[in-house]
Amino acid sequence: MDLIIILQAGVASGTVLLFATIGEIFTERSGVLNLGIEGMMLVGAMTSFSITLKTGNPWLGVVAAMAAAGLISQIHAFITVTLQADQVVSGLSVSFLGTGLSLVLGEGLSKAGTVSLLPSFSIPYLSQIPLLGPVFFTKQSVLVYIGYLVFPLCWYFINKTRPGMHLRAVGEYPAAADALGINVYRLRYLYVFVGGMFSGVAGATISLAVSPGWFSELTTAGQGWIAVGLVIFAQWNPLRAAVGSYVFGALRRLILDIQGPLLLFGLPNPFYYNPYYGFFLQMIPYAFTIIVLILGSREAMRKRMGAPAALGLPYIRGQRGL
Amino acid sequence: MTESSLKPIRRLQLPFQIHVEQRLEDVPRWFPVLISFGAIVVALILGGIIIVIAGGDPFATYIHIARASFGSLGVFSDTLVKATPLIFVGLACALAFKMRLWNIGAEGQFFMGAWGASLVVLLPILPSETPQWLFILVMLVVGMVCGAIWGFIPGFLKAKLQVNEIITTLMMNYIAVSWVNYFIFAVWTEGGFQMSRMFPKNAWLPRLSDLAESMPIFRGLTTHSGLLLALVAAGVVWFILFRSQWGYEIRLLGDNRDAARYAGISVARNTIFVMMLSGALAGLAGMSEISGVVHRLQGAISPGYGFTGIIVAWLAKLNPAAVIVVSILFGALILAGREIQPSGIPKMIQGCILVCLIASDFLLRYRVYITRRIQE
Repeated sequence: MDLIIILQAGVASGTVLLFATIGEIFTERSGVLNLGIEGMMLVGAMTSFSITLKTGNPWLGVVAAMAAAGLISQIHAFITVTLQADQVVSGLSVSFLGTGLSLVLGEGLSKAGTVSLLPSFSIPYLSQIPLLGPVFFTKQSVLVYIGYLVFPLCWYFINKTRPGMHLRAVGEYPAAADALGINVYRLRYLYVFVGGMFSGVAGATISLAVSPGWFSELTTAGQGWIAVGLVIFAQWNPLRAAVGSYVFGALRRLILDIQGPLLLFGLPNPFYYNPYYGFFLQMIPYAFTIIVLILGSREAMRKRMGAPAALGLPYIRGQRGL
Repeated sequence: MTESSLKPIRRLQLPFQIHVEQRLEDVPRWFPVLISFGAIVVALILGGIIIVIAGGDPFATYIHIARASFGSLGVFSDTLVKATPLIFVGLACALAFKMRLWNIGAEGQFFMGAWGASLVVLLPILPSETPQWLFILVMLVVGMVCGAIWGFIPGFLKAKLQVNEIITTLMMNYIAVSWVNYFIFAVWTEGGFQMSRMFPKNAWLPRLSDLAESMPIFRGLTTHSGLLLALVAAGVVWFILFRSQWGYEIRLLGDNRDAARYAGISVARNTIFVMMLSGALAGLAGMSEISGVVHRLQGAISPGYGFTGIIVAWLAKLNPAAVIVVSILFGALILAGREIQPSGIPKMIQGCILVCLIASDFLLRYRVYITRRIQE
């Protein structure tokens, strides 16, 4: 069990959570809660795998995943923004629909064999840095490197640019944004779509890079829901989301790898001699999510910050409210 | 200003106009039923289109579903068996949703209920020659307690620390499944198989076929007395929600949390109690499935009952009586779905129905009418 290798793989699997979490941050910052991430990720994973299988080009797969998951997200946008229905129930239904769709359309894909994956490479010079180099810049998939670029850019976009300010305005005080001439409905549709595309990439990251293949519902194994939890922990901030995602990714890897060695810290490894203890290891990411939420909520209460003020509320023009 | 900038923007001119107007008056009682029915029809059409895309035959699929679930007394009895846990989890969700608590952990609470019921037999809490009524009573209680504990944790976190219950209940699902897996793999495994030993006969809920000696018409019918329990539970939930003070508090909290708080109703206490009762109901579903159908603890005891319960509750408009009817329809879908290829079809249809249903609520709140565009 080599710590460097675990961290390296952890960064890769954390990239999945990173994309999903960043996408949800965009959506929630515009005031729409989309619980459909798990379903949209499955649609993305299924689409990217099947398109890559057909065309042989994984990049086409990624684009198709973004389009497909984005399309599914627009159902949620229509129901919550235009029809003003409850965002929680709509998100759940989108998650069911996405899961069901990917199971029906992905039938038989699990036995389809291997596809050409996205390229992996090391970055010259950066990979020479002790410790950081092997973990972050050696033999990672190209999507992992894209992830490094995405989260600071998203932070900059949301906090420092004009469209980013519009995004925050729509999520904090839609009536005021509307009075300033910002089209609340259009922006909410747009950012739900952005969130959908990110979920699609997250799905594609699984099926084309991190753990290639299509394993029906087990492809995501609840990572979409973990991402929803990470958004709260991240306090809707992409930088904190990155930290959370990579820590979680490393944790997931550690759980897989800890069962391998005979000795653990010089003692006989209980997970090796009784593999059934692995079931308790499997609980850890989910239990950890709950703990992270508890910590996050305490901090949010203390600082009185975090959630966009209009999160979860439909905006109806001319109606009094927020 | 130049000439061109004054040109009116040319928009797509449809030959008709769609008007949307908020409804001010209450709709008649039959109207929501009609709308829900319409939503299901639309959902089935959409589902059919997806089946065609996936390369299947929608008509054959739907006819197959109808025949495999309502075709004869025998299969209808099987449909009721599938409906029984759905009634319990549907009630669990309806109760929590009424207070706008999003308990989507019914699946995990179901598993814990099943585990608790198994504990009675396998630990064992009671010796295997205990009389049937005592066995079943203790299994009921332990199953409910285990489900309630699984509901208490997210409820407590929500009440005391404002932790989002959607995520916690969902995470508890995964934990419950791993927990049960540990026991069927490592502790209660029978001969290396991933299941416990068969429960003794007196830990089984009586079936209709047990009455076949005196009434031959019941021969081979699998419907078990869990269904009776489910009907009783529906009555109890209805009474709590609509005829008791507690139910009034729950409904008020769901409709207007601030108003309820100003009226002196404790949000925290009700959150915890509602989550516990909701968990207990879902736990009952697990107990009835273990004791009435499977008769042992194993991994594949739920085809996603807990999640279907959410749809059942929503389709029933959170009404306990309607939960029973809807559960039977969804029981049919689950029963017939086992033989349909591709295997994801029932889940996909459920998703379609829920999406259409939520979208259709708009028609209850708004009047939509279409007029011809007047030529300018």
